Amino acid sequence: MGPESDQGSRTTAQSLECEVSTMMQGAMAISSTLAPRLSETPGDSTDVATARHRTSPLRWCVTVLLVLMALQVVYFMFTNPRFEWAVVGKYLFSANVLQGLGTTLLLTVVAMVVGTVIGTIAALALLSDFKPGRVAAQTYLWAFRGTPLLIQLIFWYNLAYLVPKITLGVPFMAPFAEWSTNAVITPFLAALLGLGLAEGAYMTEIVRAGLSSVDTRQHDAARALGMTPAKAFFRIIFPQAMRFIIPPTGNQVIGMAKATALVSVIAMNDLLHSVQIIYNRTYEIVPLLLVAVFWYLAVITLLYAFQSRLERYYSKGHRRDTTEVTPASAHT
Amino acid sequence: MQTLDTSASPQRHVLRLNNVVKRYGSLQVINAVSLDIDEGEVVAIIGPSGSGKSTLVRCIHQLETIEGEAIYLDGELLGYRHEGAHLRALGPRDIARQRRQLGMVFQQFVLFPHMTVEENVMEGPAQVLGDSPADARTRARHLLGRVGLADKVTAYPQMLSGGQQQRVAIARALAMRPKVMLFDEPTSALDPELVGEVLSVVSDLAKAGKTMVIVTHEIAFAREIATRVVFMEGGRIIEQGPAQETLSNPKTDRLRTFLSRVM
Repeated sequence: MGPESDQGSRTTAQSLECEVSTMMQGAMAISSTLAPRLSETPGDSTDVATARHRTSPLRWCVTVLLVLMALQVVYFMFTNPRFEWAVVGKYLFSANVLQGLGTTLLLTVVAMVVGTVIGTIAALALLSDFKPGRVAAQTYLWAFRGTPLLIQLIFWYNLAYLVPKITLGVPFMAPFAEWSTNAVITPFLAALLGLGLAEGAYMTEIVRAGLSSVDTRQHDAARALGMTPAKAFFRIIFPQAMRFIIPPTGNQVIGMAKATALVSVIAMNDLLHSVQIIYNRTYEIVPLLLVAVFWYLAVITLLYAFQSRLERYYSKGHRRDTTEVTPASAHT
Repeated sequence: MQTLDTSASPQRHVLRLNNVVKRYGSLQVINAVSLDIDEGEVVAIIGPSGSGKSTLVRCIHQLETIEGEAIYLDGELLGYRHEGAHLRALGPRDIARQRRQLGMVFQQFVLFPHMTVEENVMEGPAQVLGDSPADARTRARHLLGRVGLADKVTAYPQMLSGGQQQRVAIARALAMRPKVMLFDEPTSALDPELVGEVLSVVSDLAKAGKTMVIVTHEIAFAREIATRVVFMEGGRIIEQGPAQETLSNPKTDRLRTFLSRVM
C-alpha cells in the first residue's frame, strides 16, 4: 500500500472518522492494485516523512458548520439594535461601574485568601490523628457545603437579630469587652464572612486532596533530615501539594469572582449591583448587563493567565521538557 | 574532608540497642534485639525479607516508635527523657534534634522532586542546621563532587538515573554531618548495572572511617567493606561476627542456609 494507509493515531472520539476511513481504504485498495506498484520495488525511496497528512472529511464538514455558526452570532450581535452598543460604551468605564468592579475584585481576592487559610487549617485537621480536630473539620464541611451560599450571606448580614452584642471573654463569665453587632458586621464583613467561610469548606477538600497526593515517603525523608513537623510541611510537603492544589483552586477563584454577584442582595455595591442601580433608573437592562459581562470576562481572562504562570512555577522538576536534557532513564 | 573526621577516641559505643522490641499490633517485628556499634564500625545487616532488618534501622532513626527497651545514640537515650523516676516521651522538636545526628539513605532515594540536586543537598544544612546559604552551597558542591555528580548540581532529580539519585541522597544525608549513617537497602531499587556506582560511594565512606549501618542484600559487598555482619531472621539476631569470617564459616545452620540461597 502507498502512503494512504498511514492513518495516524486513533482516539475514541475519532471512531466515526475511523469508520469513514475504513470505507475509503477499501476503495483505495482497489485503485492501488490497478496502479503501478512503485512502492514495492526494492531499494526504493519510500519515506513516510514525506507523506501528506490526511484530514477526515467529517472534520471539514464540522469546520464549515462552526464557521457558519460563528458568523451568525457575530451578525446577530452587531445588527440587533436591542443590544444598544452605544449605551454599553457609555457606561463601560463610568465611575460607578469601575467602583463596583473594584469591590468585586477586592471581595474575590480577600474571600479567596480567607477561604484558603481556613481550608488549609481544616485540611490539616482532617488529616491529623487528633480526633476532636477531625470531627470539628468534618462538621464545618458538612454545614458550609450543605447550605446555599445565598442563605449563608443573608444569615451573616442579619447576625444582629440573633446576637445583638458581640462580646469578648470567657464563656459564661462577665465579658471583657463588647460591641454592637450592627456596628461590627458591615455589609462588607458580612459578605467576607459568607464568601470566605463557604469557600473555606471547598478549599478544605482541595487542599486535603493535594496533601494526600504527596508521596508519604517524602514525610520520612523530611523527618530524616531532622526537620520539625512545621518545617517539613512548609518546605517539603506543601510546595509539592501545590502542584495538585492550583488547578482546582483556579476553578474556585473563577467561581468566586462570579459568586460575588450574590452579595448584591445584601446591598454590597459590587459590579452587578452597580449596573443594577443604573438600569433600575434607565431601564437599559440588556446593555448594562453586557457591561457587567464584559468586566467579568476581563477579570477571568486575567485570572486564567495568572493561573497558568503559577502552575508552571510549581511544576518545576516535573515538566516533561526538562527531562530531555539527560537521556538517562528517569525511573528505575 | 570535614565530614569524615572521626573522633580520636576509639572503641566508644556510638550506637547502643538494648533489647529493642517493635510490634505492629500483635505481630512482633523486632524481638529483643541488642547491638552495640563502635565508632568507625561498618555493620552490615543481612537476612531474608521480613526479617525486620529495615524496621530496625527505621527504629534507630525514630521513624518508627519502639515498644521496648531502649536505644542510645552517643550515650543519649533516643525518644525519651528521664523525669525523676519516670520516662517522658520527647516532643517533635527534641526528636528532630536527635535525628539530625543520624543520616538516612532510603531504598527509594526519596529526593525532593521540587528542588534541584544542589538544593536537595543544601536543604538540611541551610534549613535545619542554620548554615548560611553560601556555606551550605559550598558544602553541597563539595559533597556532590565526592559522589561524582559535580556536573549535575542544577538538574532536577527526575532527570537523573536511579544510581545518580541515590548518590545525591547519600550526599544529602552526609551534608548533616551525621555521627552514624544508616542505609536501608540502598541498591535494591536500582537496575543491576547501576548498583556498582552506589556501592563504590558507600565503600569510599567505609574506607574514610564513617560509622555506618547498612541493610543490604549484596553479600559480596558486605564481605568486602563491612567490619561486622549481623544476620537477622524473624526479628532476632541469629548470628553476628567479623564480616569475612562469619560469611565464610557461618556457625548457624540458618545463616548457612540463607547464604546458600542468596549466593
